[in-house]
Amino acid sequence: MATETLTLGKALNTGLRRALETDPKVIIMGEDVGKLGGVFRITDGLQKDFGDQRVIDTPLAESGIIGTAVGLAIRGYRPVCEIQFDGFVYPAYDQIVSQVAKMHYRSGGRLSIPMVIRIPFGGGIGAVEHHSESPEAYFAHTAGLKVVTCSNPQDAYVMIQQAIASDDPIVFLEPKRRYWEKGQVDLDAPLSDAYPLHSARVVRPGTDVTLLAYGPMVRTCLEAATAAAEDGRELEVIDLRSLSPLDLAAAYESVKRTGRAVVVHEAPSNIGLGAELAARITEECFYSLESPVLRVTGFDTPYPAARVEEEYLPDLDRVLDAVDRTFGW
Amino acid sequence: MAKGDPGGTTRSRRAAPRSKKGAAGDPELVQLLTPEGERIDSATGPDGTEYRVDFTDEEYRGLYRDLVLVRKLDAEATALQRQGELGLWASLLGQEAAQVGSGRALRAQDMAFPTYREHGVLYCRGIDPIMPLGLFRGVDQGGWDPNEFKFNMYTIVIGAQTLHATGYAMGITMDGKVGTDDGEAAIAYFGDGATSQGDVNEAFVWASVFNAPLVFFCQNNQYAISEPLERQTRVPLYQRAAGFGFPGVRVDGNDVLASYAVTRTALDNARHGQGPSLIEAYTYRMGAHTTSDDPTRYRIASEVESWQAKDPIIRVRAFLEKQQIADATFFAEVDEQARRESVHLRERVLSMPDPEPVTMFDNVYPNGSPLLDEQRAQFNSYMESFEGSAH
Ligand SMILES: Cc1ncc(C[n+]2csc(CCOP(=O)(O)OP(=O)(O)O)c2C)c(N)n1
Repeated sequence: MATETLTLGKALNTGLRRALETDPKVIIMGEDVGKLGGVFRITDGLQKDFGDQRVIDTPLAESGIIGTAVGLAIRGYRPVCEIQFDGFVYPAYDQIVSQVAKMHYRSGGRLSIPMVIRIPFGGGIGAVEHHSESPEAYFAHTAGLKVVTCSNPQDAYVMIQQAIASDDPIVFLEPKRRYWEKGQVDLDAPLSDAYPLHSARVVRPGTDVTLLAYGPMVRTCLEAATAAAEDGRELEVIDLRSLSPLDLAAAYESVKRTGRAVVVHEAPSNIGLGAELAARITEECFYSLESPVLRVTGFDTPYPAARVEEEYLPDLDRVLDAVDRTFGW
Repeated sequence: MAKGDPGGTTRSRRAAPRSKKGAAGDPELVQLLTPEGERIDSATGPDGTEYRVDFTDEEYRGLYRDLVLVRKLDAEATALQRQGELGLWASLLGQEAAQVGSGRALRAQDMAFPTYREHGVLYCRGIDPIMPLGLFRGVDQGGWDPNEFKFNMYTIVIGAQTLHATGYAMGITMDGKVGTDDGEAAIAYFGDGATSQGDVNEAFVWASVFNAPLVFFCQNNQYAISEPLERQTRVPLYQRAAGFGFPGVRVDGNDVLASYAVTRTALDNARHGQGPSLIEAYTYRMGAHTTSDDPTRYRIASEVESWQAKDPIIRVRAFLEKQQIADATFFAEVDEQARRESVHLRERVLSMPDPEPVTMFDNVYPNGSPLLDEQRAQFNSYMESFEGSAH
């Protein structure tokens, strides 16, 4: 078994490389993805090895990146588009929502757009405005799109390949503040069997409260669980991994056991993923719940100046506070 | 150089001060058949390209037949909308020559990316003309197979398809299908209003820098719903191509021969690796924007009349008669065919069944979704709960 210690960013890079090797129809396109290897270096070295026909530096035009990728997909290619930062996906929003998402439906199933849209998302890196956003709800709300996010190097490596191999158009959110975190990666990990792309995973079992998180907040929740354990509370942490569709069965199973649930995400709370999860869990687990489903989220403000992002982002203390409150009912 | 306006000279007005009309309407167009039905042997584009066509009598008659059929089917669709059988219809009346000319210039291997008005191109691609009526009736979303007919779905969002065409054309290059006579090309249709969209301008940039085998075919029908050309541009649209680094040409869009010649040349250039070009088919939308529109609010009768004199069908007929390529029997036969096909179309539209409601859950994802499966199941059992109940 080829296991290596890789950062999440390098794991993505290795997964992309594997996908380019496996399928000659896979092409990577985006701003600065070629020589530079992307502003986060996720595509580092790929153009050198696969050529500028497979790893394409595009003009600086987000709608163009997605719109031309639609045409390439119709032509039989599997484009993997990089959007440089979360806050710059909006010029492409129309193409994603009106074209990518609906093409299969509108064509009565005759056309598929097997496209992956990679977006580094979320805060915590001290960036300037438009560089730290969490746009997942916009995409998860859109029928025809699937939305996934990874939280660790092993998943990053496997999920990016699964997403590329899928015929569904997938928004692939990369937790940029976790790009540099290391973990063990099994390079021979099977792509289909162990963890299907749209499954959630219990990353820490527990009995008292279920924490539901994804992407950058998974680690925060794990830290909270470690801290809570010192106080004698066993928190179960679920990494949702797939935001659309949500693996609700996994959430229900856990909440029915623990009787308490807290959803944690960086995005603002209003009309967010947390609201969806809270509503669904309430419907399905009503008689098992000891307290209302709570949310710990970013605030309903634009992403603030970097010097106050520590206060904006959910952290260990806010998570533990919510856990305490679930015991107050 | 052939001029659309009688008395046109070679004098350039580009340096002239901007009038209210602006330079956007200057008719420096390629023409091979005058409104009076006179053939012009050859015409020169702004970059010196010579355009000519050499059709057999049979081919001339074929083009005439296409024009008449397409107009008649379009009229039938408009009538069906007026009678409540279609939710909406976007008529091509007046634009038949631009569509049939460019549509017939496509080779089997070329791929077209239309808007919602390209019924004439659709017809030329061999698609059953009932297909767009399903879309506008609301029983489906356009039932043809884009890959089989090399004619993509109608696109309602203005300009979006120009990027799809560009990407598709890039794919042609990647597949090595350029550089020979049997190479492939793509064509993107859009209107004058669309030229203001970001996507169209991004498509110009992309097609140019990737030397995509693509023809941008703009039907300048003078209006974007109510807004005249002057609200979209102050320079003739075909001249914009220069700024993006590829040739642009304005063709008399009411002249089926010139539309054919210019498109065929542009497609052949594209398939031979010479990159994109922009064709501005200068034409006029004779009817309403769609059946929901009232054009009398924003344009005057005399303008419509002046364009009536440039009708794309009348001039072909005059030419065929003058040259004795077709006789009264032929014209009567074409009219009769058009009548029969429109009656047939009407009958079939009226009997188009509504889709089963549960089909709305189909084809959202190639790989399905558990969320949707659950909703479909709930919907089914909800519908079943009505079964046997009194109506
Ligand atoms: C992005 C977008 N904005 C607005 C509309 C509404 N709309 C439909 S057709 C149209 C005018 C289009 O004009 P033009 O591009 O000249 O094409 P034409 O209809 O004249 O062929 C408008 C504004 C739309 N479909 N898409």
